[in-house]
Amino acid sequence: MRSVILKTATRLVSALVMVLAVYLLWRGHHAPGGGFIAALVAATGFALVALSEGPAAVRQGLRLRPSHMMGAGLGLALGSGVIGMLAQRPFLTGVWWPPSGVVVGTPLLFDTGVFMVVLGAILSVLLALEET
Amino acid sequence: MTNLLIYPILLPFATAVGSLLLWRRPALQQTLSLIGSAGHLAACLFLLAAVVQDGIQVLAVGNWPAPYGISLVADHLSVLMLMVTGILGTATALYARGEMAISLRSQGFHALFQVLIGGISGAFLTGDLFNLYVWFEVILMASFGLIIWGQGRAQFVGAVRYVVINLLATLLFLLGLALLYGLTGTLNMAHLHQQIMTQESHGLVTAVAFMFMAAFGIKAGMFPLFFWLPASYHTPPIAISALFAGMLTKVGVYALIRTFSLVFLHDTATTHAVLLVAAGLTMVTGVLGAAAQNEFRRILSFHIISQVGYMLLGLALWTPLALAGAVFYLVHHMIVKANLFLVSGLSRDCSGTLELPAMGGLYGAKPFLAVLFFIPAFSLAGFPPLSGFWAKLLVIQSSLEAEHYTVAAVAVLVGLMTVYSMVKIWIEAFWKPSPDFGPDQRAIVPSAWKIAPVCALALITLCIGIGAEPVYQLADTAARELMAPQVYVRAVLGGAGP
Amino acid sequence: METVLAIVCGCLVAGGIYLLLSQNLVRMLFGLIMLSNAVNLAIFVAGGLTHTQPALIAAGDSVPGASMANALPQALVLTAIVIGFALLVFMFVLFYRSYEVLGTTDTRRMPEDGPARAYPSQNTTTRQEMGP
Repeated sequence: MRSVILKTATRLVSALVMVLAVYLLWRGHHAPGGGFIAALVAATGFALVALSEGPAAVRQGLRLRPSHMMGAGLGLALGSGVIGMLAQRPFLTGVWWPPSGVVVGTPLLFDTGVFMVVLGAILSVLLALEET
Repeated sequence: MTNLLIYPILLPFATAVGSLLLWRRPALQQTLSLIGSAGHLAACLFLLAAVVQDGIQVLAVGNWPAPYGISLVADHLSVLMLMVTGILGTATALYARGEMAISLRSQGFHALFQVLIGGISGAFLTGDLFNLYVWFEVILMASFGLIIWGQGRAQFVGAVRYVVINLLATLLFLLGLALLYGLTGTLNMAHLHQQIMTQESHGLVTAVAFMFMAAFGIKAGMFPLFFWLPASYHTPPIAISALFAGMLTKVGVYALIRTFSLVFLHDTATTHAVLLVAAGLTMVTGVLGAAAQNEFRRILSFHIISQVGYMLLGLALWTPLALAGAVFYLVHHMIVKANLFLVSGLSRDCSGTLELPAMGGLYGAKPFLAVLFFIPAFSLAGFPPLSGFWAKLLVIQSSLEAEHYTVAAVAVLVGLMTVYSMVKIWIEAFWKPSPDFGPDQRAIVPSAWKIAPVCALALITLCIGIGAEPVYQLADTAARELMAPQVYVRAVLGGAGP
Repeated sequence: METVLAIVCGCLVAGGIYLLLSQNLVRMLFGLIMLSNAVNLAIFVAGGLTHTQPALIAAGDSVPGASMANALPQALVLTAIVIGFALLVFMFVLFYRSYEVLGTTDTRRMPEDGPARAYPSQNTTTRQEMGP
C-alpha cells in the first residue's frame, strides 16, 4: 500500500501522535496518563508509518532494536526501584530531586521504563507480523 | 524492613535486562545468564538463612505500609520453595547450555528464562493476592514464549492447549479476586485472613474459595483439571520441560497451600474435604494414566499429576504432620522430577528417541547413566533411604493418624503403581537389549554441561534421603507456621494483629 | 445498575464459554477476549458503583474532596486490562504461527499425539555440540 494521501497524512499525524505520547507520559505523574497509555499512543504512530512506508522504515526511524528498547526500559524501571534502596529505604520507594519540590522523581523514571517496555513489546510483535 | 527479600526477584530481572541488551552477543548472554542463576541461588540461600535465624521477614515495597501497599513476605514455606527454585534454575540453565545450539540460545531465550525464574520467585514471596495474580501472569508470559522455543510442529499443538487452559485459569483466578475484593474490601492475604474470620456469613466466601481451588487446581494439575499437562509438557526442549515439570505445577500447589492455610479457613469441613477427595482422585488418575503411556516424558508428565495428589493430600488432612509431609514432598518432588526430565534428555542423546519400544540397552552401554536414572526414579517411587520414602512416609502416617484409612490405602497403592512405571522405563530403556536399528550408544558422550546438573541433583536427592532430619525440621517449622496464621498476620500487619 | 451489569457479565461469560467450546482457534480467541472483558467488568462492579468524583486531588489540596470513587478497583481493572491485552496479543501471534505451521485452525485436525520424538534440527545440533 503506497498511497500518496496516506503517506502525506502519516507524516503529519505521526509527528502529532508522538508529541501527544510524550505529553501523556509527562502528565502521568499527577493526572490521568502514564507510561502504558503513552506507549500505546506512540505505537499507533509507528503502526501508521509501518502501514504507509513499510516496516523497514520503522526500524530505520527507531535506530534501536525493539528488544534493546524492552531491555533498557526494564532496566530503567528496576533502576528506579534500586535508587530507593540506595537511599536506605525499601525497594521502589519514591525519591525526588530536588528533595523538597516535585520536579523529577523515580516515579517518572519508572514510567519511562514502562513506556519503553510496552512500546518495545508492541513494536516487536507488530514488525514481526508485518514482515511475514 | 529488609531489602533482602527483593534480591531473588531483582537479580533474575536484572539478568534479563542484561541479556536483552546483549541481543547480538549470544556467548556473553550465556555467561551472564549462568552468573545470574548462580546469584539468584545465593540470594535465595541468604534469605533462607535470615528466615531460619530471625523468623518471618516482611518488606513493604515502596514504603507503603500493609494492607495498603504490596508487601513481600518470606516465611519458611516461601524460602524453602525459593531455595529449590534457585537450585533448579541453576541446574536447568547449565543443562540448556549443553542441550541447545548457540543459535537456539541466542536472542530472547535467556531473557525469557530469567523472567520465568523471577516470576516464580515473586509468586513465592508476595503477600498480596492481586500481586500473586500479576506474578502468575509474568510466569505465563515467559512460559508461553519458552514452550514454543525451537518451534517444532508438536510444540504448537501442545502450546495451544497449554495457553488456552492456563489463560482460562488466570481469568477464573481474577474473577475470584474480584468477588473477594467486593466481599472484604482488601487483597492483602494477612488482612483477608482477619476480615474473613470476623465475618458473619460465609456462604459466598466458600463459593469464592472453590473458584480459587479450580483456578489453582488447573495450574497444579489437580483432578479433573489436568488434561492440558501431559498434552504439552513432552514437547519443548528438555531443559525447558524440566524447569516446567519441576516448578510450574508446584507454583499452583504453593498457591493452594498458601490460600487454604491463610485465607480460606472459615469452613475447613467443606473446602478441605473436597480437597481430600480431589487429592485421592488426582493420585489415582495420574498413576493410571502413566501406566498407559509408552513415551519417556509422557510417563513422567502423568507422574507429576499423581505426585501433586500426595501434596494436596497433605494440605487436605490439615494436621501439622500432614502439612510438614506436604512441604517435604514439595521439596523432594521438585528436585527429583526435574532431574528425571533431565535424565530423559541424556537417554535421548544416547538412543536417539524417547519412545520406549524403540529404546533399550542403555544399561550395558552407559552404566553410569543407569545409576543417574536409578536414584531419582526410585526416590520418586519411594524406596528407602531415598528422599521420596520419607516424603511418602510422612503423608501416609499422617493420613493414618487422622483415621482416613481409605486415602492411606490409596496412597500406598499409588506408590506401588509408581514403582511399576519406573520399572517399566528401567526395563524398556535400560535393561532390554538394544534394538538393531539404533545408533551406536557407546560412541555418544553427552556434554559435561548436561551431566553436571544431573549429578548435582542426584546428589541432593541422596543427601535429603540420608540426612532427612534437617529438611524435616525445616518442613516441620513451615507447617507449624502455616497452622498458626496469627504469627504471619502479626508479622505483616504489625501490632494491629489479634 | 449493579443488576444490569451483573446480567451483562453473565451474558459475556456465557458467550465466552460457548465460543471457547468451539473447535476453531479464532472462535476460541474471541471467547477468551469476551471472558476477559466479563472479568474486568466484574472487578469494576464488585468494587462498588458510586456517583462520585474521580479519585484525583485538586491542585493545592492535600486531601481529596468530600466524596471520591474507590481508586483501587480502577487500578485493578487497569492492571488486568494491560495484562489481558499482552496475553491476547501473544495468543493471537501464537495462533497465527500455529496456523502457518500446522496449516489449520481446527483443533480436531491437530495431531492428538504429536510426534513425540525430537525434532531433527534440534537433535543434530545437540550431536554437534557433544564433540568427541
